[in-house]
Amino acid sequence: MRELTYVEALKEALRQKMHADPRVFLFGEDIGVYGGAFGVTAGLQQEFGPARVRDTPISEAAIAGLAVGAAVTGMRPVGEIQFMDFVTLSMEQLVLQGAKMRYMFGGKATVPLVLRMPAGGGTGAAAQHSESLENWFVHVPGLKVVMPSNPYDAKGLLIAAIEDMNPVIFIEHKLLYKMKGDVPEDMYTVPLSNTRIVREGKHLTVVATSLMVSRALEAANTLAQDGIEIEVIDPRTLSPLDDAPIFESVKKTGKALIVHEACQNGGFGGEVVARIAGSAAFDYLEAPIKRLAGLDIPMPYNRELERAAIPQVEDIVREARKLAGGKY
Amino acid sequence: MSEAVQTLGVLGTRASELLMKMLMIRAFEETAEELYMLGKTHGTMHLSIGQEATAVGASAALKEGDYLLNTHRGHGHCLAWFGGDADAMMAEFLGKETGYCRGRGGSMHIANVDTNNLGANGIVGGGIPISTGVGLSIQLRNTDQVCLTVFGDGASNEGAFHESLNMASIWKLPVIYFCENNQYAMSMPIQKGAAIDRISKRADSYSMPGVTVDGNDVLAVYEAVCKAAIHARAGNGPTLIEALTYRHKGHSRSDKQAYRTRDEVLEWQRQDPIRRWADQMGLSAAELDALKTQAQQQIAKSVAFAEASPEPNLDSIMDGVYA
Repeated sequence: MRELTYVEALKEALRQKMHADPRVFLFGEDIGVYGGAFGVTAGLQQEFGPARVRDTPISEAAIAGLAVGAAVTGMRPVGEIQFMDFVTLSMEQLVLQGAKMRYMFGGKATVPLVLRMPAGGGTGAAAQHSESLENWFVHVPGLKVVMPSNPYDAKGLLIAAIEDMNPVIFIEHKLLYKMKGDVPEDMYTVPLSNTRIVREGKHLTVVATSLMVSRALEAANTLAQDGIEIEVIDPRTLSPLDDAPIFESVKKTGKALIVHEACQNGGFGGEVVARIAGSAAFDYLEAPIKRLAGLDIPMPYNRELERAAIPQVEDIVREARKLAGGKY
Repeated sequence: MSEAVQTLGVLGTRASELLMKMLMIRAFEETAEELYMLGKTHGTMHLSIGQEATAVGASAALKEGDYLLNTHRGHGHCLAWFGGDADAMMAEFLGKETGYCRGRGGSMHIANVDTNNLGANGIVGGGIPISTGVGLSIQLRNTDQVCLTVFGDGASNEGAFHESLNMASIWKLPVIYFCENNQYAMSMPIQKGAAIDRISKRADSYSMPGVTVDGNDVLAVYEAVCKAAIHARAGNGPTLIEALTYRHKGHSRSDKQAYRTRDEVLEWQRQDPIRRWADQMGLSAAELDALKTQAQQQIAKSVAFAEASPEPNLDSIMDGVYA
């Protein structure tokens, strides 16, 4: 099959949806001639023109407002926030307006917007350009939160997000943009709220998100050499979460480790832990449920400090080995 | 009939319709306050008594199919808007299933998406960025609609105001930014809260027309919004209108109004927009009283409808979180 990078897969999703649906349009800071800070929209303004691929001023609150106002009046807006960090400036429009509109209005409004944003560290960009704020949005009823971990899912989830009738926060990872993978040419979807078992294993369930999925898979190869088979699960949509496959996996393995890059305190891992502990899988647990997350610090600049702040493959190997071996 | 009423031109016989709408809003809000006092509702409410001319004048200048983004002090605009239904509003106020929002929104979130009334808003300035998105949507769909976004003097100090007006102006979006300057942002007088004497002057920063009008003169409001709508529909972009007005009541139910004097309130009450319009129409006190009674009777029927309506079913509590 044809290989594309994660960036190319995202761009193909945008291009195909724009051809298929005249209501779809793109907007954000420097997404036109510049092509977006990470090149996701490169070439699209030339193809679709400046009205449908629209450069905005640096106005993140108004960008979110554009999305809400256009969505509720029948368009299919797809906005880009240049770095996820900057979505802090959009929070009111997303959390208090877009997310609540449907419920507040008695179920009579629909807000089919997508806001794409790159998250994550490992780029040396320090504390204000490395955030992983997904759980802020997971906490808001009415929003959907999607985090693709590979090119195939990036395309299929983005198309599904654009077709979805709800506001979707679509979180890309900067270190995944160059990742290559098989991507079909047709306009397929990967359904939202559809957790995927990426690798089967019997000794330990590892629930990983975004960049951590490929790191968990790499760790799995190392662990397999020692006879430890981990089951790697990628929720893909963090909210609403399809949790049943996680429970089924834990029933099989009896042990669970949740891995994400966002800092641990108040993170998505806590929600997964609580759901496992509150499910029928509890009876099958042979060990405490563990988390491996980013350190609870602002992202440091120094290369080694930054590396130490984010879970690496060797960290996953170490934690998985301990847990599988009954040491915790 | 006075010259002012005659200059209404296209409005013509609509003069009494405007008066009746203002009376309905007044009756609705006076009744809402009574219901609150009687403990028939909870939460809070923001009354626009004294500001009826801004709501009625603005919507009279627009067309069915245009959009409205409204404020927390939004009963008037909602009633004045196309198809504004006092029954559904009163039912929402009492939290009933038959309300505009099935009792989920309450006084601060009344919307009627079917008539492009995109809702009152609990966040000061919260509707302003949304209206910029609505304006872009209109432009992309290439229709001749306009979007009226209503906000208060306080909201013009929000950052979102700046971002939105700038964006709407560079793209010439068909949005009418309609500021109801009722002199106070809760307790903060506009003279202390803004480093400028006229909010409409802020339009200069965004290269759009800015105009200040007497917001207690329904005709002045009507004319200003007409002009802005013509400007917007012609593809010339947004306008900022500042309508000077005054709320006779406090900010909300808990307001003891320590920040203003009784004399000031009385002075503005002498500028009551309803009485002024009735005077311009040449109505006698008895004629006006008869119309007032008529409005009150209408609203009493709305209360009866709302009180007889069912409460939302608890089983439906999760409805509408997601589409």
